[in-house]
Amino acid sequence: MLKNVSQTISDIGVMSQRDIRRYFRLPQLLITNIILNVVLLLLFNYVFGGAIQTGGVAYIQYFLPGFLVQSVVFGSTQTSVGISEDLSKGLIDRFRSLPMARSAFLSGRVVADTLRYLILVALMIAVGYAAGFRFQGGFFPAFAGVWLIILFGIALTWVGVFIGISVKDAETAQVAGFVWVFPLVFASSLYVPIETMPSWLQAFANINPVTPMVDTIRALSWGTSISSSLWKILVWDLGIILVCLPLALRRYRLLAQ
Amino acid sequence: MSVTAQSDPENTCPNAFIEVAGVAKTFGKVRALAGVNLEVEPGIVFALLGPNGSGKTTLVKVLTTLLRPDTGTARVGGFDVIGQASEVRNIIGLAGQYPAVDENLTGRENLEMIGRLYHLGRGRARDRAVELLDSFDLSDVANRRAKTYSGGLRRRLDLAAALVANPPILFLDEPTTGLDPRSRLNLWEIIKDQAKQCNSVFLTTQYLEEADRLADHIAIIDNGAIIQQGTSQELKDCCGGETHVKMRLADRTQMQKALDALREIAPENMYQNPEMGEISFPAPDGTAVLSTVVRSLDAVGVELAELSLKEPTLDDVFLAITGHVAEEVPETDTSMKSGSG
Ligand SMILES: Nc1ncnc2c1ncn2[C@@H]1O[C@H](COP(=O)(O)OP(=O)(O)O)[C@@H](O)[C@H]1O
Ligand SMILES: [Mg+2]
Repeated sequence: MLKNVSQTISDIGVMSQRDIRRYFRLPQLLITNIILNVVLLLLFNYVFGGAIQTGGVAYIQYFLPGFLVQSVVFGSTQTSVGISEDLSKGLIDRFRSLPMARSAFLSGRVVADTLRYLILVALMIAVGYAAGFRFQGGFFPAFAGVWLIILFGIALTWVGVFIGISVKDAETAQVAGFVWVFPLVFASSLYVPIETMPSWLQAFANINPVTPMVDTIRALSWGTSISSSLWKILVWDLGIILVCLPLALRRYRLLAQ
Repeated sequence: MSVTAQSDPENTCPNAFIEVAGVAKTFGKVRALAGVNLEVEPGIVFALLGPNGSGKTTLVKVLTTLLRPDTGTARVGGFDVIGQASEVRNIIGLAGQYPAVDENLTGRENLEMIGRLYHLGRGRARDRAVELLDSFDLSDVANRRAKTYSGGLRRRLDLAAALVANPPILFLDEPTTGLDPRSRLNLWEIIKDQAKQCNSVFLTTQYLEEADRLADHIAIIDNGAIIQQGTSQELKDCCGGETHVKMRLADRTQMQKALDALREIAPENMYQNPEMGEISFPAPDGTAVLSTVVRSLDAVGVELAELSLKEPTLDDVFLAITGHVAEEVPETDTSMKSGSG
């Protein structure tokens, strides 16, 4: 029993090490992604910063929390691509023939992605600080905020895992990823206040998990009160994981059909 | 039923039996396996011989726990491939039909990763990787990413990966397809070596010659069913027609004279080709007939330009059983053939 647990942990570790290496060796996956996010952040700050009215708050103070969320949401599409690549290239047959824990192939990827989000978010916060952003609520809310974003990333990664193992081909996975991710990012409180949207879109934006996620992070970084958005996003995280994780594991087992 | 019981008393290799009973698998409308029954003894090289699309890969996938059969059971090393999949995975190594290496890792990292997933432990996995890189002639490229490897290098790395745990049962799905002749010979040596160490090798091939040269036991699969099995010799004996003695006369006008002289020692069915001055007839006794032929013809003063025994080949066997010829043999293979007797 204890041996099983430690073997499972070791298997997940080995698999995530492989995925992490992949992220560092394929520049388009991590490095370009970081550069893109940082460039966007700086562009937004200096191009729109002067023009957009944010009611007295410094513009970067307003949009950086949303940008952090956006970076993990877009980042989760990479998960599908990686998984489906392993499937289409037949590497999965090798892994499935080995005596490793059944969940290690999928959860190793999730662990690697968690690390990827941490790097991404930490770097963006650092750049944000250089551009004038401040966590005004102090250390603990900031710390909690970062982990809430990572947790959200983990939940979305399980969606990505499920998509990747279902479509089995990298191009489709890429497209499928963007199809569900774009509405999430744009039809939310991330870029503009929900009140400015037509009412049907407001309805979507209100149930969209990105909205409570962004609202929570803003509140935490501004040091204002969090309201109901915190438990909303926690319920979303839990719900997504509870649905997508078993679905993904089921798909994995069905590979034997 | 004890699965470790051994049918051959000489065979002292423990518990690496493969038993397949009534295994069928259908993909949509395609019947890939139509009720396969098979037993493979431990410690031998077993070849599953069949043309493209005959179900070889499907059977390998069933035996390596990658695919669940629709019906039937299969046991590998005594373990059920469905109910005891993880036990099976502990004792097998697999090199699939297409190399499955992680392109973003180096050769060394690939092997270390596999070793750790076999739970060898960090240090042992590292040592084993070095050993295998060495024996597969991969040391020079060990620290290069597999992405930069040629097809042959990838194939070798893939085979090395299958051997990481020194598995009692090794599955190789068309291992020599796409290998250059030298690597092919190397691989043949490695395969034979495995059997010497009491490890079973279950390989598939489209090449009759390969099965003939390598395998202790051969099963012929066609359209998802095993249609014949035995040693190479048994297959030739049962279904490949007999050995023939074949001769060419120095002077073809002596045809009739020769036929008359041979009538006493030859069976009814003598084949003759008067234009070429050739005669042949079945010779189940093998080489003994050669001297008799020489003596009989000598006695009547007929001189021979050529005299030989023609052994049946597995090609004959395949043709006789399936009614069609096996796959065309690709370039690399013909060059092998001319190089070896
Ligand atoms: N996943 C699959 N889906 C549909 N058909 C398949 C699948 N795998 C194999 N087949 C079909 O099953 C038959 C046997 O295939 P296979 O086992 O790959 O043969 P071989 O390895 O001898 O070439 C072929 O007709 C092949 O097209
Ligand atoms: Mg095949």
